[in-house]
Amino acid sequence: MSSLATSHDSEGQARTLPGLSRQKQSNRTGSRSARPRPQGSRDNLNGWAFAAPFLAFFLVFLVWPLLYGLYMSMTGKSLTGANDSVIGFANYAEALADADMWHSLGNTLYFTVISTIPLVVVALIMAALVNVGLPAQWLWRLSYFAPYLLASTVVSLFFTWMYNPQLGLINDTLVKIGLPKVAWLNDPGVAMWAIVIATLWWTVGFNFLLYLAAMQNIPAQHYEAASLDGAGAWRQFFSITLPQLAPTTVMIVLLQILASLKIFDQVYQMTAGGPGGATRPVVQYIFETGFTGYRLGYSAAISYIFFGLIVAVSVIQFFITRRRSA
Amino acid sequence: MATETLTRPVTATAKSSAGRRTGRRMTPGRAAVLAVAALLAVLWLVPFAWATATAFKSETDAAAPKISWIPPSGFTADAFIKVFQDGNIPLWTWNSLYTSAAITAITLVISALVAYALSRIDFRGKKVLMVVIIASIIIPPPVLIIPLFYQMVALHMIDTSWAIILPQVIHPAMVFVLKKFFDQIPRELEEAAVMDGASRMRIFLQVVLPLSRPILAAVAIFVFIGAWNNFLWPFIATNDGSILTLPVGLQTIKSAYGIQYAQNMASALLAALPLILMFLFFQRQIIKGVATTGLAGT
Repeated sequence: MSSLATSHDSEGQARTLPGLSRQKQSNRTGSRSARPRPQGSRDNLNGWAFAAPFLAFFLVFLVWPLLYGLYMSMTGKSLTGANDSVIGFANYAEALADADMWHSLGNTLYFTVISTIPLVVVALIMAALVNVGLPAQWLWRLSYFAPYLLASTVVSLFFTWMYNPQLGLINDTLVKIGLPKVAWLNDPGVAMWAIVIATLWWTVGFNFLLYLAAMQNIPAQHYEAASLDGAGAWRQFFSITLPQLAPTTVMIVLLQILASLKIFDQVYQMTAGGPGGATRPVVQYIFETGFTGYRLGYSAAISYIFFGLIVAVSVIQFFITRRRSA
Repeated sequence: MATETLTRPVTATAKSSAGRRTGRRMTPGRAAVLAVAALLAVLWLVPFAWATATAFKSETDAAAPKISWIPPSGFTADAFIKVFQDGNIPLWTWNSLYTSAAITAITLVISALVAYALSRIDFRGKKVLMVVIIASIIIPPPVLIIPLFYQMVALHMIDTSWAIILPQVIHPAMVFVLKKFFDQIPRELEEAAVMDGASRMRIFLQVVLPLSRPILAAVAIFVFIGAWNNFLWPFIATNDGSILTLPVGLQTIKSAYGIQYAQNMASALLAALPLILMFLFFQRQIIKGVATTGLAGT
């Protein structure tokens, strides 16, 4: 290797082994090919010119609010503009002692745990069923995936109506099959599950499509070889499909956790966080302290505590996926 | 994280498999599969069916203590007529349509440009830029709502469509989906143009973009659906009834109509219609779009 490196020391002009040294060179400097290179400064200009529009939006609407939010979290800023003075970490200290903050964070984590499991398992079942080769593929895809295309408000209207204690379809059905009525959105012990059911209906189609795409990439030869060996459908599913899907599963689980942690829409619209705060997630608490409590600085501090949680999950995800693909 | 999942070839997941292993004879196993799949499909369609049945009832029948799929006094389109006369749903649909279209268009243009630079141009600071954009993927939008609101007030954009559009055009993950695709386009295709002395912009517009239609469509679909259904940010950024998007507008209707169940369901169905129709027409592209960008965009 070192001899190769010295062989084209003079001005990068490859004298020996042109093919190899060019490869070496391009490895070192990015991907400039063997062209003579007055390109450098023009590339710099071009590169930043192409990046500029994105960068402008990125800096103004993402980086700036991110930094400004951090600054806000250190101030007593309120929506009424009363107190702009920097108060250091007082907001964070207050938040960490705030039982409501912890309660909303706990609700978010609870929702994440109990929603992720069905959202992955049901998606897998749906994809496996469709992938067996049912006729009229479009019909199944449409039925399972269509809810994903709805706005959260539409989903909330549908389910609030179905959960209606007196007039709701669900309680009516329960009574018809001899079960007691349930106070779906009004019982603190049940409300979060009601949200999970609505969320499952709404978003499982997305995971279903990801699983289906991954299943259809498993080479058919695997299954053909297995059938020749006399493996049945169940055996094939557990010995071929599931192992081949492992990377997809890891990814779907992690994507789902990050998505579930951000829950807000359907809770706010169906229960407004009730009954008695039993379903209020942390994003709603951020919203409420900021816009109904007018405490923007405090609200920003809770945002950053929540952000810390997301970063922690992402870091775990990074190490898991890296170990897997290593 | 991101780079590793992204190194999978983007096209791999988009392979079509229409009708794979279909048309086999019916065995007990396949009959069971069909039965379970059908049961799930029915469960997944019930909310639509029940909303439709309700929307076509009179308010009296909808609120009757004994619930029924077929109302005693027959079906009526009154609720739809009332909602239409109200005029809000068509207005909000239009607002959603053009804000989502604008978000999608701006996202595509700025993301494709930066993705091309990251994929093909060697410029100083490229690695830093790449790391910064990758890192920004983990920023959850809810964290930004407080400072963004403050920013919009300062820019006098609150209650304008710009407030809805501008903060939604940054999709770092989509930049990498596009970059990954550009990386796979053989350089030889550009070399002829380089020999002719074509500018970077010309190569980008005339060589790279035409070859990238599938991925551009996939990203467009993904961004459009997200923008169409986004609730939290437009909810905060707008109060003015004339610029509300559909999801936010519906939220106001819910309290306004109160117990008008038939009208509530009629509004919800009308709001659901555009994307469901879009799905029926562009099913293949939407599925590919979601699968490709969903898998690669992590």
